Amino acid sequence: MLAYVLRRVLQSVAVLLAVGLVAFTMFRYVGDPVENMLGQEATQADRAELLERLGLNDPIHVQYARFIRNAAVGEFGVSYRQGRPVTQVIAERLPATLELAFVSGILAFVGGVSLGVYTALKRNGVLSNAIMITSLIGVSLPTFLIGIVLIWVFAVELRWLPSYGRGDVVDLGWWDTGFLTLSGLKSLILPAITLGLYQLTLIMRLVRAEMLEVLRTDYIKFAEARGIPDRSLYFRHALKNTMVPVITITGLQLGSIIAFAIITETVFQWPGVGLLFIDAIQFVDVPVMAAYLLLISLVFVTINLIVDILYYVVDPRIRDARPGAR
Amino acid sequence: MASEKPNALLSVHDLSVEFPGRRGTLTALDHISFDVARGEVLGIVGESGAGKSLTGRAIIGLLDPPGRMSTGEIRLDGERIDTLTREEMKSVRGSRIAMIFQDPLTSLNPLFPIGEQIIETIQAHGDLDEAAARRKAVNLLQEVGLPAAEQRMSAYPHQLSGGMRQRVVIALALCADPELVIADEPTTALDVSIQAQVIALLKRATAERGTSVMLITHDMGVIAAMADRIAVMYAGRIVEIGPVHDVLHSPRHPSTRGLMGTIPKLDHDTETLVQIDGSMPRLAAMPLGCRFHPRCPHAFERCRAEAPPLELENAAGVACWLWTPDETARRAAAFAEDASD
Amino acid sequence: MSRTDASPGPGPDNREAPAPPPPPAWRRRLGEALESDLAYAFCRSPVAIISSLVVGLIVFAAVFAPLIAPHDPFDPASLNLMDGFSRPMTPNEFTGNLYWLGADDQGRDVFSAILYGSRISLFVGFAAVLLSAAMGVGLGLVAGYRGGWLDAVIMRIADVQLSFPSILIALLIYGVARGFIPPTEREAAAVWVLILAIGLSEWVQYARAVRGVVLVEKEKEYVQAARLIGVAPWRIMATHILPNAFGPILVIATIGLALAIIAEATLSFLGVGVSPTQPSLGTLIRIGQGFLFSGEWWILLFPALTLLALALAINLLGDWLRDAINPKLR
Repeated sequence: MLAYVLRRVLQSVAVLLAVGLVAFTMFRYVGDPVENMLGQEATQADRAELLERLGLNDPIHVQYARFIRNAAVGEFGVSYRQGRPVTQVIAERLPATLELAFVSGILAFVGGVSLGVYTALKRNGVLSNAIMITSLIGVSLPTFLIGIVLIWVFAVELRWLPSYGRGDVVDLGWWDTGFLTLSGLKSLILPAITLGLYQLTLIMRLVRAEMLEVLRTDYIKFAEARGIPDRSLYFRHALKNTMVPVITITGLQLGSIIAFAIITETVFQWPGVGLLFIDAIQFVDVPVMAAYLLLISLVFVTINLIVDILYYVVDPRIRDARPGAR
Repeated sequence: MASEKPNALLSVHDLSVEFPGRRGTLTALDHISFDVARGEVLGIVGESGAGKSLTGRAIIGLLDPPGRMSTGEIRLDGERIDTLTREEMKSVRGSRIAMIFQDPLTSLNPLFPIGEQIIETIQAHGDLDEAAARRKAVNLLQEVGLPAAEQRMSAYPHQLSGGMRQRVVIALALCADPELVIADEPTTALDVSIQAQVIALLKRATAERGTSVMLITHDMGVIAAMADRIAVMYAGRIVEIGPVHDVLHSPRHPSTRGLMGTIPKLDHDTETLVQIDGSMPRLAAMPLGCRFHPRCPHAFERCRAEAPPLELENAAGVACWLWTPDETARRAAAFAEDASD
Repeated sequence: MSRTDASPGPGPDNREAPAPPPPPAWRRRLGEALESDLAYAFCRSPVAIISSLVVGLIVFAAVFAPLIAPHDPFDPASLNLMDGFSRPMTPNEFTGNLYWLGADDQGRDVFSAILYGSRISLFVGFAAVLLSAAMGVGLGLVAGYRGGWLDAVIMRIADVQLSFPSILIALLIYGVARGFIPPTEREAAAVWVLILAIGLSEWVQYARAVRGVVLVEKEKEYVQAARLIGVAPWRIMATHILPNAFGPILVIATIGLALAIIAEATLSFLGVGVSPTQPSLGTLIRIGQGFLFSGEWWILLFPALTLLALALAINLLGDWLRDAINPKLR
């Protein structure tokens, strides 16, 4: 077990370093950092001095190493656009995105698994078919359109929920949360649905397909032939067999929620890191772009790692496979 | 009208199974009838596609939709089980009728230790508490010959060999003490060297308990080793039935003859294996009259026109016009000479 | 031997008529295609027919937009501010003009805007798919055929890229590309940068599929024979291996087209796509969102419906195609 975990951790670090290389290349070579910081009227002397101070005359690998070292402690320099340290800018926007992602993720997972199991068990029911058809449309709908439609119905026409922003937040020191105020919670609803709906559809279709496969297996039939009661059959046996392959894919999907948040945050003007990233792209604010890239990679790589370990824990066949046989 | 005998455990009468489809209904089992007595091992043989597995599944009520039973009755110990509700049938399965499938690897849930699977089955059909169920499970594993049974309780299916898995499957089938075990090709997926052991185990375990067995297979060696009586199926019908010794050594129906001829015999020098020409007709294109007649070397007019009935005499019979009493003695005698070499 | 059948000969005499020249190869192939299993399955599937019709209609309208559109929405001179906010199918109270689908705040005809917008969406979509396919197929062929470390490297990159959502990759490429283009050029280059970004983010599926086919075909005897004879590798790939991959590539491309169109719409909606003076469907939706609260719903609804219809139709077509090509389902 330890060997397996160690191997995976090393692989993750390798991926992070690779992404770091991309981020570094971007950081160093896209646009001109000196010009961005000093403006176009800077003198030659000023430029030379800044070049030296930023270490931009050092050999490449030294610069790269420095970049990685800095990144590891969260030092990304200063945002071109805002003039403040990148880490600070990201840190203040991160809670918004994380809260949104968390709620969406739970919504997508719980909703997706329940609907998936339901449509698999009641395969030919009217409701099942309706859900499946709706899901087909859901996959073709771009996320931003879903958000807009929700705004139209619930904010414009019915006026039940706010159409943008995060509502009132409570500052808990290093984290401000929207969970503790009514307006905060209300503001969370539409964005969470928008962000989670696509994932919910994917998870639902996946769970349904897997469960139908499992219900066709010999071991389920044999269990049925032994008189195992339905509830046990479906929710103890079939569900467990279904979830094992589902967990990997679902975990990865949920990880990508953080990235898809970019769109939702734009639709709802939600003040998170996604919206920050879009602004950075508009204004070619490279330090922010680079930092965001590394942050996202870290999230993905971590989720990948957790999912792999989870898989290992849950499926006994993997545990007994010889290392490297996967 | 029921042909049940007083001591028949299972009585199948006039059973038909059909598959309604878009282009019409296909009849896979056509009015079959047979009995299984208490403690008896009935072998069901026939070519692939004859309907053997389907018969087993119909009896235990696990037909895959859209398949359904269209005519007939199935009685267990005198009471009908084909009309039971889903709930009622669930309590029959496992505790009164059990079924064993072909492939032991896919029959066991890979994510649960085998001990858990046995205990779960025991507890589904009785009031034993955890500890008592566990003891019973360990005893069962010992009985089926699994070495180090106590430790093996926490083993996963993939950690056991094929033969061991099938032993576990047998243990699972027997753990709720059923009266009838339907074994669907129990040795086909096993190595030849293991097959004999598993059959011996099955024979012993069921004999000790007095459990009846419906042994479905296309392997004649298995039948010879274990069955008391044998029913031969062809194209959804039973064409011959009788005590195993009689049918094996003096097969009467031409298709049975063909089946017996396909067994290589160690004591003769057979240069070529007998092969029955042609293949079983598709469900959608069943011949009229006797279903075997297109491939039968002795077919005559009546065979093409009418389907011969299965007339039982002392629980044995053959569905063939060649063997009806009112057929000319000349034909029967000539054929009988042919058959006894 | 004299001809006794009823078909007319070239003349009254009994001489055999010279055989007509064989039809050109492309015609023969077209004939084969029309009679193929696929065409047969197509004619029997209402989903496929309707989806194709919808897509065909929109593509047709987009291609011929300059001829069909009643107004040119991008010519500022033709706009009349008084026409602003005209409702669909109602004559404007000031100018009396009738706009089928209404007008936006600047008096632009929504219908015309949709036609021209679809043009851009479809152009970017198709171009991006072509780029993805070319790149993906190329890399897949190389990876599969050469094997070894090249294969490992390409597939590694593919795996890593696949674990990130493509929208993110597209945004990144977009951002980086823009960084290299001086600000004055940025607007003009927007469409091409967009195509590059979306194209580069979607190559992986093609590469994987093609690589799979290559690995299978590579082992077959006719390929090994060709190699022995000394046929050039690219020729082997083009004439022997590629035709086998055509089916999967087509399916991926169709679904990829829907993805590309949605990606373009998303990027334009986010404000990093085409410029607002040449709006695509995504930009129109962005504009329309701003008018929801003030009640001019038509500025949003019609572009949104068009996008939805397009994406849905292409997705359905792609799904159908995938099932139709799958030999296991025949």
